[in-house]
Amino acid sequence: MLRNAIAQAARPALHARTATTLSAGFPKATAASLPVKKYGGVYTVTLIPGDGIGQEITDSVKEIFEYTNAPIEWEQYNVSGMSSDGEVLFKEALESLKRNRVGLKGILFTPISQSGHVSWNVAMRQQLDIYASVVLCKSLPGFPTRHNNVDFAIIRENTEGEYSGLEHQSYPGVVESLKVSTRAKVERISRFAFDFALKNNRKKVTCVHKANIMKLGDGLFLNTFRRVAEEYKTTGIQYNDMIVDNTSMQLVAKPGQFDVMVMPNLYGAIVSNIGAALVGGPGIVPGCNVGSEYALFEPGCRHVAKDIMGTNRANPAAMILSASMMLRHLGLDHLANNIASATFDVINGGKIRTADMGGSATTSEFTNAIIKKLGSQ
Amino acid sequence: MFAARNVQTFARGALKGSQAWRGYASGAPTAAFAGQKGANGKYTVTLIPGDGIGPEISESVKNIYTAAGVPIQWEEVDVTPILKNGKTAIPDDAIASVRKNTVALKGPLATPIGKGHVSLNLTLRRTFNLFANVRPCVSIQGFKTPYDNVDTVLIRENTEGEYSGIEHEVVDGVVQSIKLITWDASERVARYAFHYAQSSGRKRVTAVHKANIMKMSDGMFLSACRQIAQEFPDISYDEDLLDRVCLQITQNPGPYSDRVMVMPNLYGDILSDMCAGLIGGLGLTPSGNIGRDASIFEAVHGSAPDIAGKGLANPTALLLSSLMMLRHMNLNQYADRIEKAALGTIAEGKTITGDLGGKSSTKEYTAAIIKKLGA
Repeated sequence: MLRNAIAQAARPALHARTATTLSAGFPKATAASLPVKKYGGVYTVTLIPGDGIGQEITDSVKEIFEYTNAPIEWEQYNVSGMSSDGEVLFKEALESLKRNRVGLKGILFTPISQSGHVSWNVAMRQQLDIYASVVLCKSLPGFPTRHNNVDFAIIRENTEGEYSGLEHQSYPGVVESLKVSTRAKVERISRFAFDFALKNNRKKVTCVHKANIMKLGDGLFLNTFRRVAEEYKTTGIQYNDMIVDNTSMQLVAKPGQFDVMVMPNLYGAIVSNIGAALVGGPGIVPGCNVGSEYALFEPGCRHVAKDIMGTNRANPAAMILSASMMLRHLGLDHLANNIASATFDVINGGKIRTADMGGSATTSEFTNAIIKKLGSQ
Repeated sequence: MFAARNVQTFARGALKGSQAWRGYASGAPTAAFAGQKGANGKYTVTLIPGDGIGPEISESVKNIYTAAGVPIQWEEVDVTPILKNGKTAIPDDAIASVRKNTVALKGPLATPIGKGHVSLNLTLRRTFNLFANVRPCVSIQGFKTPYDNVDTVLIRENTEGEYSGIEHEVVDGVVQSIKLITWDASERVARYAFHYAQSSGRKRVTAVHKANIMKMSDGMFLSACRQIAQEFPDISYDEDLLDRVCLQITQNPGPYSDRVMVMPNLYGDILSDMCAGLIGGLGLTPSGNIGRDASIFEAVHGSAPDIAGKGLANPTALLLSSLMMLRHMNLNQYADRIEKAALGTIAEGKTITGDLGGKSSTKEYTAAIIKKLGA
């Protein structure tokens, strides 16, 4: 009873989720994880532009922040995963993140060859224990795609599973790759998903798994999820589970049925890419990685996009929206909403769009349009 | 064992005359069909009607084949599990039939629920070494989905990977699941993918992987594919990340019509169902399991006990699977003719089953296809 009342009180006033609140209700920094403000209320934030189009799209964010006088001071590290030489700089960036507790990041390239370094993107998530990846997929007003009723959040376990990095050749020609699942980590990601659903006034949490085949590993995930779900029963949030192959089939056929989805690491990679494709591509899907101490914001769909690098054609929307999620995380809601709605307005206007959305605008033209919109607000 | 296998391969090669000898290490057969016609001029094929709607849709396929004069005689077997030394198993007759005929068509099997029960599909897969699962998906004209330009072919490694079944709890609350990748299995499925590309007129093979994260396991899968690619100079080869393939197919499946995708088990499982979702679900997608000792073609949808026996089921998936079988047996002209009649019937939209938005019964739909065969 009491629990119910608290949950009710904790829930924000009911309001429809419009596109401008796309990234609302994102977990706020708590007192423990709130970064130290400098004199004048300025936050220092680590910026890692990343490889490929990273430099261009973070430049957009910097310009917009500059224009709006956002109280953010960047600590920039131009880490590149193109060669393994960047390791020293990568470690410095990691130290900076530990100091600042909040960061904005593009995607770092990971070589495929076995002699190349491991994924620094993954290393960062594991070392900072930013265990929850949040990706928001929502149909944008003014930008119709094949499906027009998409509105779901993907909560992905970010630190274990198939990405454990434990592999060995037990015999020539025979390789074992370990997928690690632990109850403690599943429990906290499940709780995160239900808390997220509560805070964002979402109705249902779906657990995506393959427990029919991986009976122990994914079985642990599913059973733990169900146990956590029991604890949230009084909140009225529904839950169900779905096998990952069926999920991907349902996603491309009837995406409207999904609300909040929680899943192990690898399935998250698959589902977030399908989700991004449903609403218009990786250029418009924001995301973040959060843990109990640190928060790192990056586009929800993790592509380096080497092919259009340096051509001023990249869509910076995903990075701008991720940055506005970051502002919200820092409690700068007003500013965050202004920037997000200006971005959505420009897209909705239909005249200035980048090539991935069928337009012909350059990255800088799109950025300028947002700045102009912000000026007229 | 090793020697026997080589001899068998050799014998098979000698029978066909033109087939070159291949050792096991190089992945021996690409599972090419080597069956012989019987005295009556027909090939014998094992038919496993299956459970639920299985018998109805099998009947439909049989009738269409009779009408089209396909040189096949069916050998129907029952695979209802029996108890053997306290374990469930497939009846010996069924196994012997598939082994003898080397080709089988299978309807949906109900998955019995119960502890310690090994799924029949898994048993069949192990018994006949069904190493490659072939899943083509083509947009069906007359059944509207948000995607109308789907034409993908996906080949999935079927015996190992994430489905190795090797798992253990290290300490309470910590589980390790092992994904097993072997060179032999990777090479075998890669070779089949190139072979399939060649015989189906596709010019490219794309290996789908996650080797940026799983450098050793998926890395070895890629190395095997690269090596096989050199044996097929007329087919181009490239590699793509799983993430990007998911993204691109969902955004626009069109460009994937020029190639065959090959990938490890789990990725194939997920992507093949995703592609099925693009064209309207499992009721329209065929599937073939290619093996060393036999090949089994099947409908991958469920047994639909709710409509079983009512004459409402849609036999399309099983029919399309059977056409894959005909092509596997080099009976292409029959496959083309039946395919044209079936797709034509759906495109017209007059005599289609309830799941496609029509009102016709299985029998009416079958009759309409047979009528089209004559036209």
